[in-house]
Amino acid sequence: MKTPFPFSAIVGQNEMKQAMVLTAVDPGIGGVLVFGDRGTGKSTAVRALAALLPPIRAVESCPVNSEKTTDCPEWAELGSKKVMTRPTPVIDLPLGATEDRVVGALDIERALTRGEKAFEPGLLARANRGYLYIDEVNLLEDHIVDLLLDVAQSGENVVEREGLSIRHPARFVLVGSGNPEEGELRPQLLDRFGLSVEVRSPNDVAERVEVIKRRDAFESNFDTFMAHYSAEDTKVRDTILKARKRLAKIKTPDDILHDCAALCIALGSDGLRGELTLLRTARALAAYQGDKVLSRAHLRDIAPSALSHRLRRDPLDEAGSGARVNRIVAEVLG
Amino acid sequence: MSHDADSWDRATLALRLLTVENANLGGAVIRMRASPARDQVLAALQGLNLRKIHPTITDDQLFGGLDLAATLENSQLVENRSFFHTKTNALLVMAERCGTELAAKLAQVMDRDAGHMLLALDEGAEADEHAPAALADRLALHIEPEGRMPEGWRPVPAGTGLIDPQKVTATAQDIKALAEIAAVFGIDSLRAPLLALRVARAHAALHGRTTVTDADLNAAAELTYPHRATRVPQEPDAAEEPPAPPDDTPEDDEAGDSDTLSLPEGDMLVEAVKALLPPDLLAGLVPVGTSRGTSGAGAGQKRKGNRRGRPLPSRPGRLDGRARIDLVATLRAAAPWQPLRKQAVPAGTGLHIRPSDIRLKRYQEQSDRLLIFTVDASGSAAMSRLNEAKGAVELLLAQAYAARDHVALIAFRGDGAELLLPPTRSLVQTKRRLASLPGGGGTPLAAGLQQAALLAQQSRSKGLTPTVVVLTDGRANIALDGTPDRAAAQADSEQMAQLIQTQNIAALVIDMSKRPQEPLRALSARLGAPYLALPRADAERLTGAVSAALDS
Repeated sequence: MKTPFPFSAIVGQNEMKQAMVLTAVDPGIGGVLVFGDRGTGKSTAVRALAALLPPIRAVESCPVNSEKTTDCPEWAELGSKKVMTRPTPVIDLPLGATEDRVVGALDIERALTRGEKAFEPGLLARANRGYLYIDEVNLLEDHIVDLLLDVAQSGENVVEREGLSIRHPARFVLVGSGNPEEGELRPQLLDRFGLSVEVRSPNDVAERVEVIKRRDAFESNFDTFMAHYSAEDTKVRDTILKARKRLAKIKTPDDILHDCAALCIALGSDGLRGELTLLRTARALAAYQGDKVLSRAHLRDIAPSALSHRLRRDPLDEAGSGARVNRIVAEVLG
Repeated sequence: MSHDADSWDRATLALRLLTVENANLGGAVIRMRASPARDQVLAALQGLNLRKIHPTITDDQLFGGLDLAATLENSQLVENRSFFHTKTNALLVMAERCGTELAAKLAQVMDRDAGHMLLALDEGAEADEHAPAALADRLALHIEPEGRMPEGWRPVPAGTGLIDPQKVTATAQDIKALAEIAAVFGIDSLRAPLLALRVARAHAALHGRTTVTDADLNAAAELTYPHRATRVPQEPDAAEEPPAPPDDTPEDDEAGDSDTLSLPEGDMLVEAVKALLPPDLLAGLVPVGTSRGTSGAGAGQKRKGNRRGRPLPSRPGRLDGRARIDLVATLRAAAPWQPLRKQAVPAGTGLHIRPSDIRLKRYQEQSDRLLIFTVDASGSAAMSRLNEAKGAVELLLAQAYAARDHVALIAFRGDGAELLLPPTRSLVQTKRRLASLPGGGGTPLAAGLQQAALLAQQSRSKGLTPTVVVLTDGRANIALDGTPDRAAAQADSEQMAQLIQTQNIAALVIDMSKRPQEPLRALSARLGAPYLALPRADAERLTGAVSAALDS
């Protein structure tokens, strides 16, 4: 594994970076979907995010990263019960991963060698309290998608197979990336992501040059480059931590709630999930920016990423749903 | 002729660059048919210790997994190592047949760990048969020599005592030049200029230089850009114009060279790349096509419906020669009993497996539906409601993709029919093709039906269940041979309808003329298809009606 490219060194793509940072401030926002062209740094950003996230406290030997020994699932055989600091887990769900690997299965080694029936935790266990990253999410096989939807919904992984009956918490932030040319995503899964951003290759030549320069410096001048940007990354991490503390104290004026509802009605987004995500994300943004009161500016800023994937598709609208959200935001919020 | 020879020279250079240590070029697409010439090319890469990957490689082989034979023998878990366990130079044979999934997996491997090299051996014969774009994007070089191999052609193996390319210095100016040239040729992916920079470094190293020179930049641009270009720049001096307005505002560098694209070396590079652009790019795609037009042939088309089926939990059963045993599940079933059974039969060695442990693999086969939209784009239809038809197709498509249906698009106009979009699930691609669907000319309904029948047959052999949806205003006036003859056109259409019906292909006819057309109703009866006359239908209502007809 090579060192990931630093998050703060990613040029442009501000909407994507912001969305990712906000899920770190409030994991309850519910994940990010990044869709867009090839070679725009989607995967780079996710891997960079892993290095940026603040560490968590967890029981050393707990397979599901529990914070306290009392939270550890009873099937887990705990070795060391020391509570230690470890990086927020960011687990890669590789394409073609089998169901066994995702949900966990009978530990075949122990079964064969010792004749014991033990559970070998899967990727969902390891992702608990962290992130689950799916690259090329639109190519994921249907039955794995169904499985993920179910677990993401309930926050719990239930395994009933081969005589095993196991359950463990599986609360994670889904991060998906993909290229729309390879195929679309099912609406059910689309809806499951709190935020969605569309990335494009920068049109600005200066920006493109800067991307290449930094990437080149990362490769050819690693130490100085990392020294500079690790410091930058630390700043972002500190801001995230401060924002988490502030989050509970953000004041939400009634007229902002009204604005949220008006926006969602004007856009005709189905269900209440749009409103809730909008509000939650706006609060996370306010906390991240150090503001105490939620304002229209926050709503305006995050409305496209929180709402664009919840609209009913209008295939004749070539500009895409992001533009539509912006237009209606301008109308409603003035 | 000299052009051909040049292309062999470039191939030589590319092959030599591939052997440069630490260049991190990702690899190359080698687009050649099997031939002695290709054998020569591959022979030149002998030193790389290539390991073959076949497009049908299983995940077990690729990522490693349980080694069953060894596990059983040792009564201990033995795992196979993944293909890319160590730094590997892989040769992907028949890359044009590599599916989207495998491409994505290989791409992930390459992104995660530096150092692997992949050579994609692309034997594609048609223009739209090529190595997957997701993969090609990550491979710096493209080797496609043209014409006959020159007498005595032999790539010279790279010498020893090279300079490490990582130590070759490149200036900000060099980087800028490469990034700008990429923009001029409409290369969106930012991997391209980055790879070009690595090629330039490797080229410098190959020639024993520690700094990148213009010659290196030139070689890098020539080797990395032409096959990625999506447009030809206009006149060199107007070159700033096409790549969007902010193009000429790179003011963050040294003050002296604000007018970047008139830099002498920049111009030379543009010319060099331009000279090497593939001819078909010059011929057709350039003026109107969106920048992504070239890759539009699309990965979706290679998808087949039922290659795998949804795996179901294995089930106890008896091996009858047809069923496949699920060995891992069988072992799992047997494992907990081992101590007990060993006690029962102390003499027996190895694993104790009873018939009741046998687990069989099961897949749930579900044929994917393919909706073949056969759209009338003739003058009369264009006058009335081509746009509505387009809207309806898009709306249906939005529904279709929720149901994981595949969609194909055939348009008929003028004197024939054309497959605009091979079966795909990509909404993006279909939208692009639809948006560019022109209207006008006669109504060669028979040709449209013929094309649809053909596609339906083909897709059925791939395990899809086709349904033909015909949208027309029904006034067929071009016969199958392309001549304007209303009577013959009608007869031909009916014959084609008969063909579709006898092949048992489901169909649906949507009449989009202002008043219902009697001949069209007759035609749908011939097809055995529901007929929907939709005067004044808007796209939404049309969709509702079609969905209802399809579901019934």
